[in-house]
Amino acid sequence: MESLYLIVRVAGDTVALRADGISSVVEIDAISAVPRVAPHIRGLFALRSRILTVIDSTAALGLGRCNRQAAHTAVVISSDGHGYALLVEEVVDVIEGGAPSPCVAVIGAGWSRVTVGQIETPIGDILLLDPTLLIQGPELLAA
Amino acid sequence: MEELLADFIAETRDTLEAIAGEIVAWEAEPGDRKRLDAIFRFVHTVKGSCGFLDLPRLRHLSHAAEDSLADVRDGERTPDAALVSAVLAIVDRIGELVDQLDATGVLPEGDDETLIEALAPGQVIASASGQPAGGSAAAARAPARTIRLPVELLDRMMSGVSDVVLARNELARALRATGADTGLEMAFERLSLCVADIRDAITQTRMARIDGLFGALPRMVRDLAAELGRSVTLDTDGGDVELDREMIEMIRDPITHIIRNALDHGIEPPEQRVAAGKPRTGRLRIAARQAGNQILIDAIDDGRGIDAEKLVQKAIKVDLITAEAAAQMNWAAKLELIFSPGLSTAQSVTTVSGRGVGMDVVRANIERIGGSVEIESRPGQGLRVTLRVPLTLTIIPALVVGCGDHCFAVPRSAIDEIVRPNGQTITLSTLGDGDVAMIRGKMLPVVDLGGFLDCRSNDPDLRPVLVIVRAGGGERFALKVDCVLDHEELVVKPAAPAIMATGIYAGATLPDDSRPMLLLDVAGLAAANGVRAGMPEPVEEDNTRERRERVSVLLFRDLDGAERGVRLNLVERIEDVDRAQISRSGGRLVLAHNDALIPVAACADIPDVARMRMLQLGDGTARLAYAIEGVIDVIENSERLQPATQPGLVAGVVLIDGRPVEMLDPHWLFSGVALASPRNTPLCLLAGEDDHWSRELLSPLLVAAGYRVTYDSGEERVDVVIATAADAVPQGIAAPVVRLRAAAIADAIDEESVWRYDRDGLLKALGRAMRGA
Repeated sequence: MESLYLIVRVAGDTVALRADGISSVVEIDAISAVPRVAPHIRGLFALRSRILTVIDSTAALGLGRCNRQAAHTAVVISSDGHGYALLVEEVVDVIEGGAPSPCVAVIGAGWSRVTVGQIETPIGDILLLDPTLLIQGPELLAA
Repeated sequence: MEELLADFIAETRDTLEAIAGEIVAWEAEPGDRKRLDAIFRFVHTVKGSCGFLDLPRLRHLSHAAEDSLADVRDGERTPDAALVSAVLAIVDRIGELVDQLDATGVLPEGDDETLIEALAPGQVIASASGQPAGGSAAAARAPARTIRLPVELLDRMMSGVSDVVLARNELARALRATGADTGLEMAFERLSLCVADIRDAITQTRMARIDGLFGALPRMVRDLAAELGRSVTLDTDGGDVELDREMIEMIRDPITHIIRNALDHGIEPPEQRVAAGKPRTGRLRIAARQAGNQILIDAIDDGRGIDAEKLVQKAIKVDLITAEAAAQMNWAAKLELIFSPGLSTAQSVTTVSGRGVGMDVVRANIERIGGSVEIESRPGQGLRVTLRVPLTLTIIPALVVGCGDHCFAVPRSAIDEIVRPNGQTITLSTLGDGDVAMIRGKMLPVVDLGGFLDCRSNDPDLRPVLVIVRAGGGERFALKVDCVLDHEELVVKPAAPAIMATGIYAGATLPDDSRPMLLLDVAGLAAANGVRAGMPEPVEEDNTRERRERVSVLLFRDLDGAERGVRLNLVERIEDVDRAQISRSGGRLVLAHNDALIPVAACADIPDVARMRMLQLGDGTARLAYAIEGVIDVIENSERLQPATQPGLVAGVVLIDGRPVEMLDPHWLFSGVALASPRNTPLCLLAGEDDHWSRELLSPLLVAAGYRVTYDSGEERVDVVIATAADAVPQGIAAPVVRLRAAAIADAIDEESVWRYDRDGLLKALGRAMRGA
């Protein structure tokens, strides 16, 4: 079964996201910061009249913070009725690929928390991430 | 009443559908207490609504079923198959009757005695549902006058319209940037008006004033009082509080229950009241107000209150708690027992509020929508029940404060006052590692918003502003911010869970500049900063006389650049309107707003801008809009006003922080521009032929002079009569008469009359006649 995947670069790695959960890809300019919130919440961004919560994907992986200069593209998804913008370093491509297979690599805790499998692509095997797990941020791992 | 009936029908149908499953389950297992409670609540609610809507047949049925079920709940009777069938037959009958009520608008006549007798213990199983309900059961259903929509659809419409508004703003900027006369302005203005209309309409679909709910209360209280032999005056307040329509529907039942309880169990019969040294007539007060992100609805009566000790006795008797447990309980915990199912302190059971089912239903309903119920009882003196319900999608008047680069909204309702440390009456100092503010002799804890949120400004010259806020639990503290920016009405939506989890934000909002902003949760801020709940209220050391002199003043920048003030109590709202909504008609400026024309006052010409900020002032009956440049601040002022020498726009000058500020003279403003409001304009009856001349010439003249014109007085009291023909003076109207004549020169018979084209003479004659009356 072929399905569509969005290939993006996050924290220096190329990974895949299922395209069907993604409503759009936008350029993010002004983010209103939110003080005293979990570090992976970058702030709020208005996409037309919708308020999106901007997620720092690198911080969500527990790998520091996104470089703001490098990451101003975001993948917009909805979860539980709220809109989120996941900051990514680059949107590489949209590809058709087969069903994911279980991930065989030994990967760090941050990555393994959000990884749901791996897929074959022309550029080799890459990890498939679940964006809703990214949104939850690293705290829930500790809990 | 029509509307209430429609509500009742819709609601009963919904509940019937919902409990259909419960009924089947109960049939299978008659001992199941939970199912029993659900069915009991259904018949109880139907009974309550029927009593109020005057549907005796339905009430009779539901009351009978309730009685039997109550016996089961109290353990006096064990449910058997016969009882279950009898109750189910009644529930079915209620359904049938409601269907017919909906179709024909009246309850058919019919006999339900067989059904009711079947409830009695020891009956053999009656035939399935007794006789048919009577009437034309097959009558076609009347076409629905209302439709039900999923709320998500409304939300989508709402966000769609918000998008349109933002697109329009962008277009407006683009149009202005071109600067050239493109000829598009007219079309654009029209588009703007349409968009504003649609936005208003869609907002309306979600929001409703709680008035709609309050409006039904007086009748209900009157009927209940008559039925129970009580004498009660009802007093409602805060009907203009707006909340989600859905929310209003959710609180309708709880409030009805509470009022019923208050009249039935709270307020004593007149003789008892007199004996207890209270006024004969009891008072019931229902008041709604907004507090932060919650709506508080108080129901306060001056009846006998709830005796917690009696409650405990009763609870022990029905094995709800043990005597040992009761001994451990404090007063508040004992009072909480009122929320337990099947417990009531009433001596006898009445058709009105029954057996205390009310309070557990109230609590269940309110908690289901994320609210809470509090109860405060003073035995012998009265009871206060407070419902707190959240306002999900609600328009909140809020103050926008700045802290470093950030802006936050603070709900206006949580704000007591805004002050600036001035080194004398208001000072900031440090106590341990915390700040305290000394405000006119009272000490308050200070929460430094910049420090707490780590967004402190670097500007050393900044003079911080203290926003004195009061959290829901009564904690009062000063929020130190860099500046107060604006007053806006914001549509607040819940923010993402990760943001709400901080506990210091109540939601997110998108103001007109399309930069997302967060609404602060004042109670959460208090908790996060360790401002203790129940921190003793600062001692009110100032006497009442001094307090009365202090008034809240809204400072604003007027169109001519001057800083002026107006008493905050006069300001009904501050809002931005499209410049196109303001027009000149008949020599005065008027604002077309929500289907009404509001007179506009301004100290200078209205500038040619897209949006105008307006203060809407109200004198209790009339309203007017005052155009301003922008809002500066809200302050408490106790300085004396230096009156102006000439009556005019400015009543006088006060010193605020050492600056002279002109205060508007509302009396002058209203006298100058207020359009006569219909309630107090004199009514003029035109007697004589209803001809072309009266209608097209005379009547406009009178209206312009401030009279209302009628050709047939009907019920209303007429203030003055104009007879357009000599023999046209009507009989039986006790109002002065002014007669008109067609000829310019008076003849002998018509000496007192006025020539009909003598404008001044006519108006003077009317004035004289009115004064003489």
